[in-house]
Amino acid sequence: MTAAQTSRPAPVSAGRGAHPPASRRPRARRVKLGQVRLALLLLLPAAVVVFGVVLYPAGRALVISFYAVDSPFPGTYPFVGLRNYTEVLADRRLWTAVEHTFYFTAVSTALELVLGLGLAKLLAAPLRMRWLFRAVVVLPWALPTIVNGAMWRWILNAQYGVANALLTTLHLQDGYRSWLGTDPFLALNMVVVADVWKNTSLVAFFLLAGLQTIPQDLYEAARVDGAGPIRSFFRITVPLLLPSIALVLVLRTIEAFKVFDIVYVMTGGGPASGTQTVTFFTYLQAFSAQRFSVGAALAYLTVLTILALALLYLRLLRQAELSAP
Amino acid sequence: MAENIGELSRRGILRLSALAGAGLAVGACDVGGSGKGDGGGQGTGEGKITALFMKQAGYSEDDINAMTAEFQKAYPKITVEPSFVAYEALHDKIVAAAPAGTFDVVLIDVIWPAEFGSKRIVTDVSDQFPASWKTGMLGGALSTASYHNRYYGVPWILDTKYLFYNTDMLARAGVDPASLSTWDGVLAAARALKDKNVVELPLVWSWKQAEALVCDYTQLVGAFGGKFLSDDGKSVAFNSGGGLRALEFMKQTLDAKLSNPNSMESLEEDVRKIFSDGQAAMALNWTYMFNAANDPQQSKIAGKVGVATTPAGTSGGPGVNGSMALSVSSGSKNQKAAWTYVSYMTSAGVQNKYAKSSLPCWSTSYDDSQVVAALPQVVPVAKKQLASLIERPQVPRYNEISLILQAELQNALLGKKTPQKALDDAAGAGRSLLS
Repeated sequence: MTAAQTSRPAPVSAGRGAHPPASRRPRARRVKLGQVRLALLLLLPAAVVVFGVVLYPAGRALVISFYAVDSPFPGTYPFVGLRNYTEVLADRRLWTAVEHTFYFTAVSTALELVLGLGLAKLLAAPLRMRWLFRAVVVLPWALPTIVNGAMWRWILNAQYGVANALLTTLHLQDGYRSWLGTDPFLALNMVVVADVWKNTSLVAFFLLAGLQTIPQDLYEAARVDGAGPIRSFFRITVPLLLPSIALVLVLRTIEAFKVFDIVYVMTGGGPASGTQTVTFFTYLQAFSAQRFSVGAALAYLTVLTILALALLYLRLLRQAELSAP
Repeated sequence: MAENIGELSRRGILRLSALAGAGLAVGACDVGGSGKGDGGGQGTGEGKITALFMKQAGYSEDDINAMTAEFQKAYPKITVEPSFVAYEALHDKIVAAAPAGTFDVVLIDVIWPAEFGSKRIVTDVSDQFPASWKTGMLGGALSTASYHNRYYGVPWILDTKYLFYNTDMLARAGVDPASLSTWDGVLAAARALKDKNVVELPLVWSWKQAEALVCDYTQLVGAFGGKFLSDDGKSVAFNSGGGLRALEFMKQTLDAKLSNPNSMESLEEDVRKIFSDGQAAMALNWTYMFNAANDPQQSKIAGKVGVATTPAGTSGGPGVNGSMALSVSSGSKNQKAAWTYVSYMTSAGVQNKYAKSSLPCWSTSYDDSQVVAALPQVVPVAKKQLASLIERPQVPRYNEISLILQAELQNALLGKKTPQKALDDAAGAGRSLLS
């Protein structure tokens, strides 16, 4: 437990540091006040940027979602209340996209976590040329998603793709097949593969950082007590890594839930809308159909879902902490 | 310590919502944003303008850059900065860039004047559109830029889908190219090619879930005598008669393994590659494929490419109107210079010079020796085909209808729904979008 506490990243203190502790002497208070003013002044540029590019657009989008905005230009549009929300919630295409999104999120996050944990253990192992392995592993993550998507689209090309050539030459499949075109579920799984390939390394590095905070003597003590590697993995590594796992789970779930670019590049939402995710559907509604209000409503529904997911994770994590040995 | 997490989240959310509330308060001042109108202006007619083109079919990037360089030589006071995006990204890019007026000139597809015109994304140029252009340009080209008798651009690419075939393969299978004048003939030829092991999958199409799929479908709808909309334009008509027959035909060629199943993930460029690689014997595609498939640098079948008018079904063989026009965007602050550029690019002289990539919009061009010499095999076919075109519905919400139709067509082609059910579903969803 103690190790878990010290290893936790502590964003809390950053938020609290702004408040100066109360002081009894007025002069000291004046000095502190001056410091606060300076701090606020220094924070101002950042605040303006955050307000300009995050909060103002977010507020505008919420307002737009209550009107019927059907053109990119300023003008007067009718107020429709919650109609955009009710209409889009009744749209069957949304629920199909929701299914795809949940499947994508669950499978890709789970795979990334499992593979990332294995990879992290491997990278933490005292091997020769460890720096090289670490450098190579970070490469997929350094690749822009668009490039990654284009790369996998070419690998999986039914006519010229490397995947088909390789698998056919190795006699693992009879002949060339379509990966992205004829089976919507297969295509969705291929998008998952592309995402896992890229993001496993991010997960691995988060977990590697966590692994390195676990004191080595715990393992030694466990070995003295007769615990094998599997037992010490589940009794020491996993519990002490829990904060890192939770953090990376929250990050990856939210990222996966917002998946857009890789779908746009790899499949364009096809075949038969089988890889359309919520954000892709949102994009189509907002820009291709010019139903900006519906797009804004969808975006807010997505935000609410992600918020709920994040709260759920935090709660689960807290319970896990309390019940930890 | 554990308590802190809960505290943090609650506190964080409170703070976040307070800030979001502040953002909202400012955002709520005016739903449409500050400022009125589109912010465009005529400008001085000089200076820098930007233009948005597509990277696909029609004129190539090199062609457009060369045309632009020639334009700048003729009009040294105007500098043009062309940008290129994939066709699939063109519509959304125009929409997203409209309020900022990022582009002065945009390339628009035949299916967008209704939407862009009614939403004032591009300017109405009817008053600048000379009467001589209206008589000098071919009818199919003129409809590209017009909606409700107003002009929203100047026709620039006049295109439709032709039937391309591999003359060598047909000869080996003993198929007479003349028999490809009907879809029945094409099916018979495909069967012969397959049976004689000339090529495993004789037909390839651009049936990816994209506008390209609707183009192929439209051409078949025309061949089987179908219609998208009823004559009064108030209801959907593609889910019966020729519209249904067209989709059944498409599905049938897939089931009989005459069509390459990879058509389902192919766009026009993929069709071109597969055809140029000698992996298909017949394909529908835009004019540019003739030149590209005959280029030994990017094709294995150079010199073996035949082109014909689109085959007829039960009722003639109109080609899908796939023309495009150059428009002046309403957010442009230099509309005068933009118009000068558009007028230059669409002039008969420029179009004739680059006829090899895309055939001109001007009727006299088809007797011009330069044009005929550029594509001697295509021009006579084009003359016949361009007289018979079929339009996709010209309604403001076409793009939305097309999205629905693309998904449903694929549902039928992948066997997830019967053609009848898929088209009925598309019609049901599309009906309310017609007004």
